[in-house]
Amino acid sequence: MNREDFTILKDTNMVYFDNGATTLKPDVVRDAIVNYYDKYTSSIHRGDYKNSLMVSSMYDEAREVIRNFINAEHPSEIIFTSGTTASLNDIVFGYFKHHLKSGDEVLITETEHASNVLPWFMLAKEMGIVVKYIPLNDNNEVTIVNLNTVITDKTKVVSIAHITNVIGDIRDIKEISKICHENNIMVVVDAAQSIAHTKIDVKDMDIDFMAFSGHKAYGPTGIGVLYGKFNLLRELTPLEYGGGMNAIFNKDGYVELKDLPDKLEAGTPNIEGVLGLTESIKYIDKIGIDKIHEYESYLRKYLIDRLSELDFIKIYNKDNEAAIVTFNLDGVFSQDAAIYLDKYNICVRAGNHCAKMTKDVFNVANTVRVSLSFYNTKEEIDLLINVLKNSKNIWEEIL
Amino acid sequence: MDNDMKRSIILDNYQDAKNRCVPQNIDDYIVINSNNQSCIDNINIYVKLDNDKISDIKFDGEACVIAISSTSILSDMLIGKTTNEAKEILNNYFNMIEEKEYNKDILGEANVYEDMYKQPSRKTCATLFARGISKIFNKE
Repeated sequence: MNREDFTILKDTNMVYFDNGATTLKPDVVRDAIVNYYDKYTSSIHRGDYKNSLMVSSMYDEAREVIRNFINAEHPSEIIFTSGTTASLNDIVFGYFKHHLKSGDEVLITETEHASNVLPWFMLAKEMGIVVKYIPLNDNNEVTIVNLNTVITDKTKVVSIAHITNVIGDIRDIKEISKICHENNIMVVVDAAQSIAHTKIDVKDMDIDFMAFSGHKAYGPTGIGVLYGKFNLLRELTPLEYGGGMNAIFNKDGYVELKDLPDKLEAGTPNIEGVLGLTESIKYIDKIGIDKIHEYESYLRKYLIDRLSELDFIKIYNKDNEAAIVTFNLDGVFSQDAAIYLDKYNICVRAGNHCAKMTKDVFNVANTVRVSLSFYNTKEEIDLLINVLKNSKNIWEEIL
Repeated sequence: MDNDMKRSIILDNYQDAKNRCVPQNIDDYIVINSNNQSCIDNINIYVKLDNDKISDIKFDGEACVIAISSTSILSDMLIGKTTNEAKEILNNYFNMIEEKEYNKDILGEANVYEDMYKQPSRKTCATLFARGISKIFNKE
């Protein structure tokens, strides 16, 4: 649905199935960026002329749009960063580095993306916290029962993806938060794969910190969001210092920082990114996140049903939920499969998808991943199936 | 060599790759990992040197059809050669991949990759093994 909103989808036979890596951008997002450059380029919060004042107010409005979208309490709980990775690094090194001590335990899972693993590993090396894994059930999901088996009195943080990027299981964040908070454990959510695909309500889910990227939500690259409960963000030590975030500084070294959110956004921000992201979030809101979720779930089921017809395809996440389907063709390395599909203008991802520990879960390191969006269609899935059906010719095609 | 012949050699060396296993007496081997950062090819190469002679090569890991087949072909070609002979073969191989002048006669089956320069994104696949094993020789 809504394919007409995307110039890139007009007059093309491209089938874009790599939405887990990045989504395509609707024209409204492009226009927001172009208009900023063509009509009112200026810095924000520093100029006393019309354009600067206007862009400043657009920038401030952006925070309100995001706040409303995830139902945060206050716009100052929305911090613009360069993406999920930057947000998670802020959370780990800006907050937890100053609030954890050696021996404290952080729970993640083996199916996390690198950006929710490596910062914790580095912190473990730096200060002796312990990273442990929540065991997954047979369907590679986090269950409350399993979570309870690894919580100890040293557990201080559970840091997990809302939806994982290879398996596509949807975690029950609300229920997990409840258990965590009963045990005085803080909850960090990597929402990179979920923000554009399923409803997130940070208050209802009682999330302490959350991170997501704009570009996986129909927005520009290089922009993302760090969400934190106000009182927690206030205690987050900035990782970057400079213009825009200080209130006073003197020759003798005295520095006073501004309040939230400015304190955590040093330097001239990514203004085009923020304006583009605002449009993408408004755009998702206009279609309706529940409608998107429903349609993508329907497409996923159709894809699974059709792929299951092919006996040379092994599907790794048949019984999971999100619009991510991971598989391999018998006897074909995933990258060769991706190169073959590209001959038919079908864009998929091959590899380990930055979740390198997932190999221990699947017992296979590399897979082909189809990740769907609302602009994908049944006809595109039919084409994929036909091309796969004819893949006996794969070597003639790619060698 | 026509394309069908090339394809058939590549496929044989992919589907039934030579020297693809972890050696039994692994302590006798030099181990080197070779991976392509831009994609997902990742193999371990095990080389056994007998003074100046390469007495055995094994490899394991996951990689695409071009990377596995070229590892199979080149490893088989280098076993029994001296390190200098091996360097000579590898230099010619690199030159072929980079569309430079090279001696076709000493590359044998590896000539199946003579058109690889036309697919720049797969050059790294075709040189996965060659780059890895070169690291061993260049250390000496």
